[in-house]
Amino acid sequence: MAATGEALTPQGYIQHHLTNLSVGEGFWTWHIDSLFFSVGLGVLFLWLFHSVGKKATTGVPGKLQCFVEMIVEFVDNSVKETFHGRNPVIAPLALTIFVWVFMMNFMDMVPVDWIPELAMAAGIPYMKVVPTTDLNITFSMAIGVFLLIIYYSIKVKGVSGFVKELTMQPFNHWAMIPVNFLLETVTLIAKPISLALRLFGNLYAGELIFILIALMYGANWALSTLGVTLQLGWLIFHILVITLQAFIFMMLTIVYLSMAHEDH
Amino acid sequence: MNINATLLGQTVAFILFVWFCMKFVWPPLMNAIEERQKRIADGLADADRAVKDLELAQAKATDQLKDAKATANEIIESANKRKAQIVDEAKAEADAERAKIIAQGQAEIEAERNRVKEDLRKQVAVLAIAGAEKILERSIDEAAHSDIVNKLVAEL
Repeated sequence: MAATGEALTPQGYIQHHLTNLSVGEGFWTWHIDSLFFSVGLGVLFLWLFHSVGKKATTGVPGKLQCFVEMIVEFVDNSVKETFHGRNPVIAPLALTIFVWVFMMNFMDMVPVDWIPELAMAAGIPYMKVVPTTDLNITFSMAIGVFLLIIYYSIKVKGVSGFVKELTMQPFNHWAMIPVNFLLETVTLIAKPISLALRLFGNLYAGELIFILIALMYGANWALSTLGVTLQLGWLIFHILVITLQAFIFMMLTIVYLSMAHEDH
Repeated sequence: MNINATLLGQTVAFILFVWFCMKFVWPPLMNAIEERQKRIADGLADADRAVKDLELAQAKATDQLKDAKATANEIIESANKRKAQIVDEAKAEADAERAKIIAQGQAEIEAERNRVKEDLRKQVAVLAIAGAEKILERSIDEAAHSDIVNKLVAEL
């Protein structure tokens, strides 16, 4: 945990763990670590599921195929329970979100110092392992969902229907159009923002607590022992959190998209 | 914490991943699952049908067994009837035979008796004559009175 100079203090240690490896300036900064881990995990997920799908047998499935099919069926059932229309995008979208977000969250389970220390040994100064603790990552997925909401709203209801939905609700009177527009726009914008911030907030807080507990190892043996116990407890609890957050992100995506399909 | 170009990169990656998942991951898995569901449903339907067939076959077997039992009973009954008939016939035959034997015996007895009677009569005639001879001693001419004795013998 000794990054030159800054990481000697607890503040420096925390700061170091929460800094992304980035290149570029201003807006054109790229968080290499977030992108690397998220894309890497996404590719891992797609490769795994694709290879299982290619070899999928309709007879007695292997254990891996069973596992993959369990996840697929779980997502499929969630989609079918919530979304009653016909849309070939929603189920794969939900699957991608669920598994991908879960895998990115799962990076939280890796002990906080392992990968950053390894990276340091390889000469990389910063390494933030959990992509979902990067607001850019959660926001970009929320924006993807948001674009789909708008796309399907317009596709199902037409431009006029979408505009009407924004302006003629909840008060169906022409004089109330500005108020309606304000309310509905806030409702609409709140969807991606809440999606992104919920996931980010939960995972960021979780990661921060892992880091804070890890700080205890530096002190005497009593605090270290307590730290190990706390780490274990928080880890077990966090298994629930990461699964739940992935599920919530998926479920809300389905709900928002099914709302976009509903004609008033 | 600041929003930057990472957002764009991740959005592109997200769209690509969802597209890939939609095109190459979801369909084969879903196909496999649905195909298997169909096969399982078919298998279950087959099993149901087999159970129904078995029930039918069992019912049929039971019916046939019942029929066979009824036939067997009939056969036994007719055999019993036939037996009784044969016994009756034999009895009747035996009765007839017995009657015949009895009749024969009686006829024989009758014949014997007649013969004995005849003998007795002859002996009585002889005795009578002998008695008469003794009583009458010489007074009687055997030749003159033989017709009377003969008449007597015939009357006995």
